[in-house]
Amino acid sequence: MRSVWALAAMAALSVLTASTATLAGEPKQGGTLRMYHRDSPANASILEGATYSINIPFMGVFNNLLIYDQHIAQNSPDTLRPDLAESWSWSSDNKKLTFKLRQGVKWHDGKPFTSADVKCSFDLLMGKSQQKLRQNPRKAWYSEVNEITTNGEFEVTFDLKRPQPSLLAMLASGYTPVYPCHVSPADMRTHPIGTGPFKFVEFKANESIKLTRNPDYWKKGLPYLDGIEYTIITNRSTAILAFVAGKFDMTFPTHITIPLLKDIKSQAPNATCVVEPTNVSTNIIVNSTSAPFDNIDIRRAMALALDRKAFVDILFEGQGDIGGTMLPPPQGLWGMPKDRLETIPGYGRDINANREEARKLMQKAGYGPDKRLAVKVSTRNIAEYRDPAVILIDQLKSIYIDGELDVVETANWFPKVARKDYMLGLNLTGNAVDDPDQSFYENYACGSERNYTNYCNKEIEKLFDVQSQETDIAKRRPLVWDIDKKLQEDVARPIIFHARAGTCWHPHVKGVTIMSNSSYNGFRYEDVWLDK
Amino acid sequence: MFAYLVRRLFLMLVTLFGISVVIFFLLRIVPGNIVDILFAAAGYVDAADKANLEKELGIDRPLIVQYWHWISGFLRGDFGFSYVSEKPALQEILPRIPITAKLAGLALLFSASIGIPLGVISAVKQGTKLDYALRVVSLSGLSLPSFWLGLLILTASVAMFGQMPIFNPNPKTWLEAFATYAVPAAAVGFRSAALTMRITRSSMLEVLRQDYIRTARAKGASEAAVNYQHALKNAILPVITVIGIEAAFLIGGLIVTETVFNIPGVARFLVEAIRWRDYPIVQNLVMFIAVVVVFANFTVDMLYAVFDPRIRYTD
Repeated sequence: MRSVWALAAMAALSVLTASTATLAGEPKQGGTLRMYHRDSPANASILEGATYSINIPFMGVFNNLLIYDQHIAQNSPDTLRPDLAESWSWSSDNKKLTFKLRQGVKWHDGKPFTSADVKCSFDLLMGKSQQKLRQNPRKAWYSEVNEITTNGEFEVTFDLKRPQPSLLAMLASGYTPVYPCHVSPADMRTHPIGTGPFKFVEFKANESIKLTRNPDYWKKGLPYLDGIEYTIITNRSTAILAFVAGKFDMTFPTHITIPLLKDIKSQAPNATCVVEPTNVSTNIIVNSTSAPFDNIDIRRAMALALDRKAFVDILFEGQGDIGGTMLPPPQGLWGMPKDRLETIPGYGRDINANREEARKLMQKAGYGPDKRLAVKVSTRNIAEYRDPAVILIDQLKSIYIDGELDVVETANWFPKVARKDYMLGLNLTGNAVDDPDQSFYENYACGSERNYTNYCNKEIEKLFDVQSQETDIAKRRPLVWDIDKKLQEDVARPIIFHARAGTCWHPHVKGVTIMSNSSYNGFRYEDVWLDK
Repeated sequence: MFAYLVRRLFLMLVTLFGISVVIFFLLRIVPGNIVDILFAAAGYVDAADKANLEKELGIDRPLIVQYWHWISGFLRGDFGFSYVSEKPALQEILPRIPITAKLAGLALLFSASIGIPLGVISAVKQGTKLDYALRVVSLSGLSLPSFWLGLLILTASVAMFGQMPIFNPNPKTWLEAFATYAVPAAAVGFRSAALTMRITRSSMLEVLRQDYIRTARAKGASEAAVNYQHALKNAILPVITVIGIEAAFLIGGLIVTETVFNIPGVARFLVEAIRWRDYPIVQNLVMFIAVVVVFANFTVDMLYAVFDPRIRYTD
């Protein structure tokens, strides 16, 4: 009898497998993927950019040395794949990282790709070359790299000051394409040349970006698409209506807010929509150099007053994540587990008890119901910044803090922050890769350009280095948790929540995977195809 | 007449010079420049990189030097380079002008062809149900913001027809090209049509009470001849003035309509350029608009003489 059931189960399984295979179908060549773009990027140079508005349209023009698997949503050391490098190896002391490069690869202008191009690209990033990038937002990523040496035309070695396993994560980011030596950074801003599956056709500011299939792509048979066309539509309502009307095959990735997702699903019920974390945290920057927030008690009281769940419920209908600096699990690789997170002051479930404690701290600092603290909460004039700032002001009322919203135009935001011309600021921090080195050194290291609050704790910085050199992930993870906990306890930059956002596409679009712990690394689109 | 024209031309040049100074210095008063925005987008500020970039773009020089550099270039036909795209400013501006010109032209045509006849009808049928209905339509035209109307049209199109009339850069037929512009032109021209209608109505009502209209009727002229040959011809002057002013104000409505309908015209481009503090684009584009408005005003003044023989421009 048991064998009969087993046979039936096997038969059912084969039918299911066969039907799934039929449904999925073989990839088809041809067609142009039409997508809207949320804004007009400043230029086409990924190395000079710090927004996914540049990554998304131009990642397909390039290759990296290595890349995250484009069909596994969670980027991790296990999902690193060879790209322009066929393989890589570490020296025994973990201070030399050698890449064997692919042969026979050509740039879109027909010139051959060699190790010189790799050296050029990273010398450019490290500020060591004759030519300079106009902006170099990720120079700090390579602070542990001494130099890059070539060994023949198809081997290159990164010589490190100390072991840094995270370097691989940063090299695999969509922010780290290899540039050709023979094209100037200025030309790369207007007419990028890469080795990737798509060739650049044109970029008309505020209008469109067009890419076409690279027929000489080194991965034979790819890409499937004839091209990709991005129509720049800055008005979100127009863009979404156009998607619903079928003018576009796909929305701009992670551009759909949770409330809008419902509209799309009701108007285009066949569309596939996914919601994933963007690895962008909403946080508070505190000016601890002047009164009143130079007082640690007031900073702690503020952190205790936060009702993070309320933020997530109001802004994301419950679909956001609460965590520390690192994106929380399960999508985040390095985030603290929930039980550990809840031991941090302000993260406990009893909000009333937290606020009672906060009020005591405020009273200790000389404030109370009769003497309230007036503060300005500064933020950028963008909805993603403004909306949580308003909720923050409301929550601070419960601990005798009267906040006033100070909305700042984008052009003035960073100069204002750099001048320390703010008391509290509501800020968003995007992480290019889900990696502790990128997050800790960029946002919390003494003297880092992106450490807006100038938080500087030499003891913690030593811990940054310890975790950074640990090659065993299982051993590294608790170190990262300890650091993250300490950063939250120090109220270095209190994290309120980690955002989630949606992406939709019509059923004929196949092979799209939205990354679940990064918004910057999953847009190569070489094996996306259209079932039309 | 010749001396009048010379005087007018001189005044136009003085006006344009004044506008150039205002544009230039207003832009500099607005906090932040392209470099601030580029670094804001990158999320960091490196003082050395910032200084290098300001030097490269020439925005570190004294304001008066920058003004002279711009205005002398403008007079020579050298419009500089866009800070953002790094392409010649003219190359960025020129292809967008016909798009906005077509849209503005169609909107004005819509405004005049709807507003004037309905205004006449409303005046002639004063106090009737038709008059009240037309006045409600005109009031709604004045009350509805064009961005809202635009979005409403788009939403209704998608809901009712599953189609969306957004910009098509490569229309295959003349009809398709017309359709690309007609809907947004109607959205932006609706307010203008409502205004034209109200002005036409009130102007017509005033003229229709004149003695010469009564005389025309007494002489046995038909109602159509009285209304269109005698009354409208005299009532049209304030309407022309309003249409002239509307042509200048249209750019404001077009900014919103071009954004909602995703039309890559100069109006939306100008807003984006201001957002990026792309001085060469903003300065040259606003100067271009100023030239158009100044000449449009001049043309309207000249048209007065055509429509009203009593008006003569003498020395």
